[in-house]
Amino acid sequence: MSQLWDFSGGIHPPENKIQSTRRPIRTAGIPERLILPLQQHIGVQAEAMVSEGDRVLKGQKIGDVTAGMGVPVHAPTSGIIQAIELRPVPHPSGMSDLCVILQPDGKDEWADLYPVENYQKHDRDEVLQLIRDAGISGMGGAGFPTTIKLRPPRDRKVETLILNGAECEPYITADDMTMRERAAEVVSGMQVMAWILRPSRCVIGIEDNKPEAIAALREAIQGTQIEVSVIPTKYPSGGEKQLVQILTGLEVPSGGIPADIGVMCQNVGTAVAVSRAILEGKPLISRIVTITGDAVQEAGNFDTLLGTPVRALLSEAGLQTNLLNRLVQGGPMMGYTLTTDSVPIVKTSNCVIAATAQELQAPPPEQPCIRCGECAEACPMELLPQQLFWYSKAEEFEKAEHLNLFDCIECGACSYVCPSSIPLVQYYRFAKGEIRTQREEQLKSDRARERFEARQARLEREQQEKEQRRKERAKAAAEAQAKKKAEAEQAAADSEVVDDRSAKAALVQQALERKKAKAAQTKAESSAVQEQPDLETLEKQVTQAEAKLNTMQGMLNEAKAEQADNVDKLERAVAKNHDRVKRAKDALAEARKHVPAEPETPSSE
Amino acid sequence: MALIQQSSPHAHKARPTSRVMLWVILAVLPGLLAQTLFFGWGNLINVIWCVALAMSTEAAILKMRNKPIGFFLRDNTAAVTGLLLGLSLPQLAPWWVSGVAVITAIVVAKQLYGGLGSNPFNPAMVGYALVLVSFPVAMTTNWAQPATLWAGAPGLSETLSTIFSASQTAIDGWTMATPLDEYKHKIATHTAAEVLQHPTFGDQVARGWEWVNLAFLLGGLILIGLKIITWHVPVAFLAGVGIMSLAFGSNADQYAPLQLHLLAGGTMLGAFFIATDPVSAATSHQGKLIYGACIGILIYLIRTWGNYPDAVAFSVLLMNFAVPFIDHYTPPRTYGHHKSRRGLPSKNGAKS
Ligand code: SF4
Ligand code: SF4
Repeated sequence: MSQLWDFSGGIHPPENKIQSTRRPIRTAGIPERLILPLQQHIGVQAEAMVSEGDRVLKGQKIGDVTAGMGVPVHAPTSGIIQAIELRPVPHPSGMSDLCVILQPDGKDEWADLYPVENYQKHDRDEVLQLIRDAGISGMGGAGFPTTIKLRPPRDRKVETLILNGAECEPYITADDMTMRERAAEVVSGMQVMAWILRPSRCVIGIEDNKPEAIAALREAIQGTQIEVSVIPTKYPSGGEKQLVQILTGLEVPSGGIPADIGVMCQNVGTAVAVSRAILEGKPLISRIVTITGDAVQEAGNFDTLLGTPVRALLSEAGLQTNLLNRLVQGGPMMGYTLTTDSVPIVKTSNCVIAATAQELQAPPPEQPCIRCGECAEACPMELLPQQLFWYSKAEEFEKAEHLNLFDCIECGACSYVCPSSIPLVQYYRFAKGEIRTQREEQLKSDRARERFEARQARLEREQQEKEQRRKERAKAAAEAQAKKKAEAEQAAADSEVVDDRSAKAALVQQALERKKAKAAQTKAESSAVQEQPDLETLEKQVTQAEAKLNTMQGMLNEAKAEQADNVDKLERAVAKNHDRVKRAKDALAEARKHVPAEPETPSSE
Repeated sequence: MALIQQSSPHAHKARPTSRVMLWVILAVLPGLLAQTLFFGWGNLINVIWCVALAMSTEAAILKMRNKPIGFFLRDNTAAVTGLLLGLSLPQLAPWWVSGVAVITAIVVAKQLYGGLGSNPFNPAMVGYALVLVSFPVAMTTNWAQPATLWAGAPGLSETLSTIFSASQTAIDGWTMATPLDEYKHKIATHTAAEVLQHPTFGDQVARGWEWVNLAFLLGGLILIGLKIITWHVPVAFLAGVGIMSLAFGSNADQYAPLQLHLLAGGTMLGAFFIATDPVSAATSHQGKLIYGACIGILIYLIRTWGNYPDAVAFSVLLMNFAVPFIDHYTPPRTYGHHKSRRGLPSKNGAKS
């Protein structure tokens, strides 16, 4: 057994997993209507490829992303497109989003499938494309497009591929049941990913409270290079950063991603989806969802078509409406409450808890912080939750950031243990939101200022150039005047000595001198007026562009770490800035070539 | 169907502040029992009087501040403040001395700073320090002589009338200098063996006191076992006293010996119940170690070279001053960072 490491903090909330593991996975029926949000992943919203009245087949692509990051959406069964309209989607804010409404025709007729038996014979990029076309995005929670994740930057070799089967959140058992019943697919999916990434170590991390799943996986990995690593049960061991630490002893650098230290985590459900996409040619059209909570009579796991309304699933599990008090999408630690049961199951929905009022009680009123430090004891990121709370509440965001507010993974362990029942995480979300808004505004005003300054500088430069030219001209004119005068005098003197030859020589001499003066003048002009300031501005441009690139990169990293939804926008911005830096650098190099190797005049700045 | 809207987490562990404080109250009971058994009714009367006064004062102030009285009283923190004062004041201190201490603690040290959680100083110790400097006679002459409840200690009604009489000092025969006081004053002119002849020392370390301290130690260990407090402050505190004593006071003919420091004064009560008050203590582990150790060192310094025979109150208060500073310089290293971010944010942004 390979070595395990511990992470600091952590808690042991009641697991409440038994309720939903008593029954095997059941297949949820085809509901009356499927609601398919066009955005079930992080990135750009897919565009609908069908229109009202179209008949679609099971597995047919109905939406895709043409530009930017994203994955397509497929029809989970055959039927007629009823509408494309705004519907409430599962989101903490309770917002609505564009959805394709599909009315099943009950035939469940498949589109043509193209399984790939020997994917090893294909090109890696082809296989990646298949994974993308199957619409696969991370199924553990955030929904990051799997293809993009499987394509880490070139300089980042993935040494360790981790399959996250920890499932540390109470109540949720979707991964547990998947591993128990679909261990072979979990393993074959992982093998596909391993073939793409060629890591030196493949490990499935799984908490020791899932003995059946462990046994099933141990069986399934026979004859492969994959190891099953049983880790102690402690929330939040399934947090990506914590799992990386437990299995490798390494820490993901702040603001970075596991690929930065040669590690990649994928979810168990994602592995199954990959396996089906490649070996069976089936796109991602269903997933395992845990329906649990005291308000349902038959808690369990359902193999559910994407787009199935939560309401339909709840009634299959025997919802007792009169008992229902709170609907939580996700687990009790990090999930969010649903405002309505009409939202659909999407690629990232792993669990819905229909809780009674006794089960998940309203927290007692917030009391003052007594600085007991329990929150810090529980924090897996080794933050000081109490100070973060203090600064967030006082809106001293700078100090909160200094204490690494943005490293908080919002796991809720601190709130869970707080004896004063302070909703700490809520304060952190507030502070993070405020800081982000402030930053955006700062960026905007910075940009405006930059533009203004650049314009100001340009105008000034033009003014100077004009002035310079004017001076040069005046000087040249004066010189010419003086020369003429001198010539006239000379001529007058010469006229006395009648010597043709010498007169001619003098004339030639003068012409030569004029020419020389002119050449010198143009040169002075060009180097003083053109080349010199140009170099400077170019240099400035390069540094400016680099600085901007850095900030954008920073923001991108952060966004990635939080899997915020503006990642792709930022990515484009970074790419653009890359180009800008490059162009500026090229221009500078070009300009440098033209400058004569003589010492530069000291710049006036 | 009205669904509850609530931000995560949705589950909470049910150990509210009131429960934490209740455990603290339960954990001092062995100490209170030992005090009563070995020194008579004084502490028990003190405790009841102080707790009652503390809670009514708190209620009155909450009413004046227009805060929900029941909500805040139920957190039990006022009771704990009164309790700690009742345990640490001299057994036979007159009612008005303890009264002044309690009212100062609740009104000035706690509520005027904004109530629970906002007080930079340990309220009980502020009250204690105030009466110590204001009524030095009452605070040094009212220590009960070690006499067990079953043999020699004054009866309940006599004790009551002594405490609630108008006089500054109790009846002479009932009181006795504390062991630390006695040792400190006599050792200048006597040898250790001679000093220890005094009845306050008894057969082991210090009559009665040793049991009281051991009982508080027991209560403290229970708190650590229950994870109500962490070990850092008490262990550093005791280590601070111990190391100072071994380094500077190993000569018993000059200085009080180590066992006296640990078992004869308010050491254990201070280490496990007073210095660990979370509101006024340092927060990180490292910070707690520094905080506790410094209190221990200060206690030794004040006891040995200062004017007061016991020094828990002053040491704790002095270190309360240092807490913000300690906290700024001892944050833990956050996951994924190379080192911890000490001090305050610098102006040019804190990126790493
Ligand atoms: S757990 Fe709650 S009361 Fe205790 S220090 Fe943290 S925020 Fe304060
Ligand atoms: S929510 Fe943030 S501060 Fe609280 S325990 Fe989790 S990581 Fe730490």
